[in-house]
Amino acid sequence: MARKIENYRLRIPSQTANLQVIRNFVSDVAKSVGFENQDIGKIELAVDEACTNVIEHAYHQDQKQDIDVAVKIDYDKFTVVITDHGKGFKPEDVDIPDMNRYLAELRVGGLGIYLMKHLMDEVEYNTRPGRSNQVRMVKYLLHKDKKKKQSA
Amino acid sequence: MSGVEVRRKDVQEVTVVYLKGYLDAHTAPEFEKVLQELVDQDRVNIVVNLAELTYISSAGLGVFMGFIEDIRKKGGDIKIAEMADKVFRVFDLLGFPVLYEIFKDESEAIGKYR
Repeated sequence: MARKIENYRLRIPSQTANLQVIRNFVSDVAKSVGFENQDIGKIELAVDEACTNVIEHAYHQDQKQDIDVAVKIDYDKFTVVITDHGKGFKPEDVDIPDMNRYLAELRVGGLGIYLMKHLMDEVEYNTRPGRSNQVRMVKYLLHKDKKKKQSA
Repeated sequence: MSGVEVRRKDVQEVTVVYLKGYLDAHTAPEFEKVLQELVDQDRVNIVVNLAELTYISSAGLGVFMGFIEDIRKKGGDIKIAEMADKVFRVFDLLGFPVLYEIFKDESEAIGKYR
């Protein structure tokens, strides 16, 4: 049963060694509000990809910087907001790969945003140059009885 | 343990690489190191056993993509065995089963090289 409104926050140094801590943090919250294992897996992977992008592209491996991960539960809506204060980017400049071509050409890298968009119900970027960058992702908690109705 | 344990076993001309733990941007270099070692030693008939891999992100998938071209040019391949459903779902979402043969059993994957 999803709770009404709850907020969870994690501030953690921008290091790949912390990705596991970040994944555990979001998974624990997702589990506590009733997501099924498959959806928990999707949420943790999407958040991992977003944070890996921050570590590599926004902070360029500067381990002294922080990443903020905030989770908000609003009834059946699970929102995670990842904030950094590093180098921003224009989402429209990022090439989202066509997977058939990607695989045929044996390309490497650049799958993070593709995954995030396919794993979550909503993905939105908010870049404020010189201030902060945010990626906001949403997953809806569908109850089993609703899922059955939808597939019926 | 850094999050992943990478172990290799040579079975005649085939090398089986066992991954235990999780493969993300932090641990992917461990796997990369072992594949590089195999390419350098021309041991390119590779089976990656993922029975004990609990998680993979795009950084881990990138290692598979980063070596496949070199390995196939040398006449070898990367075949995958005993993948857990959770890891398979990520491979599948990206269409990776088109590029990599996936087997239920390690012995079946090894047999493909014979």
